[in-house]
Order: sequence, then structure tokens, then C-alpha cells
Amino acid sequence: MAHIETALRDLNRLDLLAGGDSAIHRLDPRAKVLVTLVYIVSVVSFGRYEVSGLIPFAIFPLVMVAVSGLPPGIVVRKLLVVLPFAALVGLFNPLFDREPLLSFGSLAVSGGWVSFVSIILRAALTVGGAVVLVAVTGFAGVCRALQRFGVPRAFVVQLLFLYRYIFVLGDEGIRMSRARELRSFAGRGMGLRAYGSLLGSLLLRTWDRAERIHMAMLSRGFQGEFHARRESSFGRREMAFTAGWCFLFMLLRFVNVPRLIGVLVTGVFR
Amino acid sequence: MSHHIVEVKDLRHSYPDGTEALRGVSFTIHHGESVAVIGANGAGKSTLLLHLNGYLPPTAGEVRIGDTPVVRTTLNEVRRTVGMVFQDPDDQLFMPTVGEDVAFGPLNLGLPPGEVERRVEESLARVGAGHLRDKPPYRLSGGEKKRAAIATVLSMSPDILVMDEPTAGLDPFARRQLMGLLREFRHTKIFTSHDLDMVLELCERTIVLKEGLVAADGPPREIFRNAELLAACHLEPPFSMQGCPVCGNKGCQR
Amino acid sequence: MHMADALISPAVGAVLWTATAGTIACCARKVRQNLDERKVPLMGVLGAFVFAAQMINFTIPGTGSSGHLGGGLLLAVLLGPHAAFLTIASVLVVQALFFADGGLLALGCNIFNLGFFPAFIAYPLVYRAIAPAGSSQGRRTAASLAAAVAGLQLGAFSVVLETVVSGISALPFSSFVLLMQPIHLAIGIVEGLVTAAVVGFMAKAHPEIIGAAPRSVRGDVGFRQVVVSLLAVATIIAGVVSWCASGKPDGLEWAIASVAGKGELKSPTDGVHGGLATLQNKIAFFPEYSFPKPAGQGAKEAAALRDAPAEGEGRLGTSVSGIVGGGLTLAVAFLIGFLLRRRVAS
Repeated sequence: MAHIETALRDLNRLDLLAGGDSAIHRLDPRAKVLVTLVYIVSVVSFGRYEVSGLIPFAIFPLVMVAVSGLPPGIVVRKLLVVLPFAALVGLFNPLFDREPLLSFGSLAVSGGWVSFVSIILRAALTVGGAVVLVAVTGFAGVCRALQRFGVPRAFVVQLLFLYRYIFVLGDEGIRMSRARELRSFAGRGMGLRAYGSLLGSLLLRTWDRAERIHMAMLSRGFQGEFHARRESSFGRREMAFTAGWCFLFMLLRFVNVPRLIGVLVTGVFR
Repeated sequence: MSHHIVEVKDLRHSYPDGTEALRGVSFTIHHGESVAVIGANGAGKSTLLLHLNGYLPPTAGEVRIGDTPVVRTTLNEVRRTVGMVFQDPDDQLFMPTVGEDVAFGPLNLGLPPGEVERRVEESLARVGAGHLRDKPPYRLSGGEKKRAAIATVLSMSPDILVMDEPTAGLDPFARRQLMGLLREFRHTKIFTSHDLDMVLELCERTIVLKEGLVAADGPPREIFRNAELLAACHLEPPFSMQGCPVCGNKGCQR
Repeated sequence: MHMADALISPAVGAVLWTATAGTIACCARKVRQNLDERKVPLMGVLGAFVFAAQMINFTIPGTGSSGHLGGGLLLAVLLGPHAAFLTIASVLVVQALFFADGGLLALGCNIFNLGFFPAFIAYPLVYRAIAPAGSSQGRRTAASLAAAVAGLQLGAFSVVLETVVSGISALPFSSFVLLMQPIHLAIGIVEGLVTAAVVGFMAKAHPEIIGAAPRSVRGDVGFRQVVVSLLAVATIIAGVVSWCASGKPDGLEWAIASVAGKGELKSPTDGVHGGLATLQNKIAFFPEYSFPKPAGQGAKEAAALRDAPAEGEGRLGTSVSGIVGGGLTLAVAFLIGFLLRRRVAS
């Protein structure tokens, strides 16, 4: 429960941030969605034992946060929530993969630990990228982009409806749950039966609400079709943004910059 | 002017579970009238409203808007004429931003983009919500939501405004603001409400429903003075017509 | 369990994205064709309901720990397979974007694992078989239990397959299966009981809701379609598995090695780039770990460096180049598609 309540609060905060105004906020959502996708694919396309090659990729969330004026705290908080889960899964790697992969002097590091670090890095980068995307684009923006990329209208409408009523029903859920907790003592009343009818009533209310919304739609001439108005356009700025980032991601993907320096430096000393 | 009359003739409605919500309701509303439909919970008010734009089909009887009978084939025309504002604005504001929501109706009417734009701006200005245009509905206060919901209906330029409990859940200031707004509208207005003080101020006519039947139909002041009728219908006179609890004055029961 | 971006390879991500996108397109068409537009707001608020429902928990009998509703099966019972799949997918999109549950690339996997199995397997093949319309509450409970367990077992197995094929986690297949399936058996039983309780409540309070969904969908579940799409997905997955596991260098690997080689040759002359890299080198955790061999030069060196991780992976029979190739092709495909689309639009 605490998890979802905080999650709703975070959602609220992210949503507020998306209302900001910066050069990045103003870009067409499609450019941002596309760049973020390329970014995530580039990050996860590295091999299991990659660590150094991943590091330069932190530049994307960092620059986005810097230019758009997002508070870095929100990204960090999200990372702190997610990273423990990644660590939990990643911890199996050192257990199962004990062959030494590299050594610092006499200290041998097993492949498992290297890939563990790699998993943590991947998680941090991909989550960071996604959080930044939502914070500078907003959910409605992402949905608009999806629609213009050819995602079926029915699904986009579904996403928008869902998002609209998360806040309304989330509050209802929290209120009902609170009302039950206040009247259940020593864990009694928290069992499955009470839960079933509690959820059932919430579901009934949800159902009625759907009917009312439908009425409201009909009374304003809804005939099964949503009409969209085109607003933003994919101009030169969007083009430059997309091309620039994608080029950088490709470069970083295929040129392992930290390693390259390592080669040069050790080459000099050889 | 017979054009904007709402005519309800012997309207009956039974829900699928057998509940008889309306048992023969008849009345006629003339152009420009401001009418309140009052009654206890479950008296049939909401069911009645849902017939006015054809959301519910009558079990028996008839509803006419102007010269048009409300039947399946005329729904589009009727819904353009009758603007319905629901009680919970959260049900009415479902688009991502207020502006898009206000544009929803005009776009469904197939209006050209310039006209849609003009109507959105005009309706928002009309309810004093121009600054809310780009806001998502869940960021609005109760009063703002209500005004935005009214704008979504105004943008379709209806001739008749139907509102379910317009002042429910508003703080005194927002209520006052809304009442000021409603007074300015020149539309034919039909409200349901438990806020009898508002009814007294805004409406020249009141229809009292009781168990699916019209129990009374007349000027609010007359009806609110009929203690017997009010008691039978589980109602009370509005506060402004009750005695003052502090000084014992009899109130304005002139 | 949600798959995370950090654990999957682009190839696996892309395959499941494709499968999911296809299913969404198909469902969207079906919903438009068959179901009345009344379902539009209903699906939306039911998606939000799943969130709200997850805020409420209950005490699992005998354990003292608490559980909550997953929702996939319940949505299928209420809405029928196609609308339910879209609704589950929308819930997962919001979770991926806002709650960082899973991730964008893993979204395809998650929608498939948590949406396809309950909506198109567990509900039509298990639930409806045990509890056809108008069944008693006892039958409905049994059906909910069996269907929830079946759906979650399939989903969990799918998670295992996707993770192992991706090859990022070192968990061997057998241990992972032994870990995941029993946990999801427990989760499935809880989910089944909760679904049964809610369905039971609804059947009492609003019998037409529980009765209505199956009637409107029974005709269009399309078992043949389900089987065909399942087969298609299985074939694609099998193809990817063998592709990744073959360990043979293929054309893509060559292409990448040469591209990478050129990149490496060019970059050192770039001053800014070099400076940036020095900085990164300082903060790198393992700046030198990829130095198993004396440094060669040019393209040969690049190939050697690229092989280093591949050697490690060789034990598990997964080809890094395959994964890179998958990612690259996906990225390029997106880019090309986008540019083309833009040209068409302008």
C-alpha cells in the first residue's frame, strides 16, 4: 500500500514537472520518445560484462536534466526505489558466475561481479532515461507521440482514460482502505472476505462512473470516434535534437571511450 | 415561441430490476424559463434528467424538445440543443486538458478548426476559466472543475441547459460565484438540486417530484410555504425562509 | 514479476515488442468492430480501478503477510479477452513510465507475460471451460483458481525464458525455473482467491455484469487466432534462441566489427572526445578490465576487444554480436522508418 501511495505521489510530481517550460519541454514529444527509445536500446545492447562502455551514456539524462531545469532529486529518488530490485536480481550473478574475469594486481574479480555492476548501471541508465522522458514530456505528450507513430487510436484513448481516472479512483481506493483499517482491530477485518466485498464495491462504483462518463460523452455528441487536433510539428529543431542524440549514442555504442583512453595510456607506458 | 419548449407527457420509466422510477410525469417548460426539479433522494430527479437528452428511453410516454420528439433517430439534434452538466465534474472532464475537453463537443459536431478554436475560447471566457485551458482536470479545484464542466457544454451552444445538482460540494464562495454565472445565462435552464436557497434565488418555477410523480408545480416561494407538502416530500423550506435560530425572527415567510 | 530493461537483450525486447504491438493492433481493431463504444470509458476506468485496487491489501490467511490483486484475470472476466488485453497493456505502460516497474524496452515482455496469458489463455481456455456462463459460485471459485494459477505459471515461465535467452543474468535456466514457478504458484492461488471473491460479489450485486461479458465475446474469442499467434510467437522466440545460441559469427558481427573498427581509428584524433574520455576513464569502475590481450592496433584490435566479452559469454552459448546486431537493426529500423514517415508526411 505504501508503495502505491508513494508511487501515486511521484506520478503527481512528475506530471507537474511536465508542465514546465524549457527548450526541451517545447520539443515535439515524438523527438523525445524516439531519442529515449534509441538511448535505451543502445544501453541494453552492450554485452553482459560491459561496464566502462556504459558509463558515457549517463550524459543523456544528465544533459536533459540540466537543460530542462528538472530538479535532479526526482530522478535520484526514482533510482533509489528501483535499484534495490535490480541489485536483488543481479546478486545471483556473483553466485553463479565465479570465474575470474579480470584482476587488479593480486585481487581477482569474478565475471559475476562485473556483470552485477553492469546490471546496476543498465538499470540506473534506462530508468533515468525513462523518468526524464516522462518529466519533460508528460503522459499526454507521450500518448500523442505514440498515436502519431501509428499506435491504434483505441489504445491511445485507453491510455488517456486510464491516466485521467488514476487520480480519481486512486483517491477512492485510499479512502475506502482507510475506512476499513480504522475499523479493523488486531488484524481482524483484513481478511479475504472483507477484501472481496471492499474491492467489489469499489468495482461497482467504478462501473457506475464509467456509465456516467459515457453519458457525458454521449450528451456532447460522441459517436464512437475521437477527433484530434494537430498541434505541434516535427521541425528543424526536433530533427537536430533527434539526429544529434542518435549520432552520439551510436558513437558511444561503438567507440568505447574509456577503454580507448586505457589503450592509449597503456600504449604510452608500454 | 414554441421552438424551445421542453414537453414531457406521461413519462414512465422502469429500470431492468423492476424499480419504477417515473410513474407518469407531465410538464411543459417554455423558452427562457428557469426551472428547478426538487424532491427527496430516489424521487426520480436524475432519471427524469436523463430522459431530456435521450440517454434513457422512456418505458412509456414522450419527451419533446421544441417540435422534435426525443427518439433514437433525433438524438444528435436533441443532444446539440440540450446541454447536460453532470453532478460530478470528474465524470464530465475526461480529456487530458480543459481546453481539449471543451473542444470535444464541437469536434464531434464536425465544426471546422477555426470555429472550434473560437468556441473554446469564448466558452472558457464566459465562465471565467480562460487561464485553466492548458491544465489537466485533476489539477482544478471543485469550483474550477464545475465551471470548466459548464464550459464544455456551452461550447456546443445549446439552447437548453440541464444541470444535476450544480452547487453540490462547492464551498460558499464557489457556490456564490457559480450562481452569479448561472443568473447571467439567457438559456432555458433546468436544475435538480437540494440547495433550496439557490432554487429560491435562481428559479421562477419549481417542480416537486415524489415517488416518480409530480407532487407540485409552481413558483418556489409558494411551494416552500406549503409546510404540509414539503413534509410529505421529505423536504424543508430553504434556510432563508426558516426562522432565525439565534434571534427567533420568523424569517422571510411573507 | 516485471521484467526490467536491465535484464533483457534488445533482440528479445524487439521480438516481444513486435508480438505485443501486433496483439494490440489486433485487439484494437476487434474492440472497435465488435464492442459497443460504451466500453471506451469502461476500459479506461477499469484500468484505473486496477491501480486503486492495488492500493488496498488483505491479510493472507495463515501467513500474516499481505497480498493484493493483480487484476489480469478479473479484467478478462469483466471485459472479455480483447478489451482486457488492451486494458492490461495500458496499465503496464503507465507502470513502466511512471513507477519504473519494468522499463520501456521490457514493456513488450511485460505486456505479453502479464496480458496475453490471462486474457487469451487462462480466461478462454481455462476459466470458461470450468465455469461457463451461469455457473455456481463454487464453480467460479474453482475456475478462478485454476485460471489464475495457469496464467501466472505461463507468465513466470515466459519471464524465465526471456531472461535466459537475453543472457544478462547468470541464473541458469533450471535454477531460475525452480525459483520462479513455486513463487508464482503461491501468487497464483492468492490471485485466484481474490478474483473469485470479487467475481462472487459482483455476481450477487450485479449479476448482469458477470453474465454480460462472456455473452458478448463468446463468438469472437477466435481460438484459431489465439493458437496461430501463439505458434507464431513460439517460432520467433525459437528462432531468436537458436540465433543467439549458435555462437557462430554471422554477417552482422562482421559488419559491426568493421564499423567499430573505423570508429576506433577515427576517434583518438578527436581532441574533445579524447578529453571527455580521459575524464570518464578516471571515474570508470574497471577502466582496464577488458585488456586480456596486449593491445594490437586498428581494426584487429577492435575485433579483439569485441571478442573479449564474447569469450566470457561463450560458456553460455550466447553471441554478443547477435545481441548488438539486434539492437542496431532495431535502432536503424526505427530511424529509417521515422525518416520515411516524415518524408511521406511533408
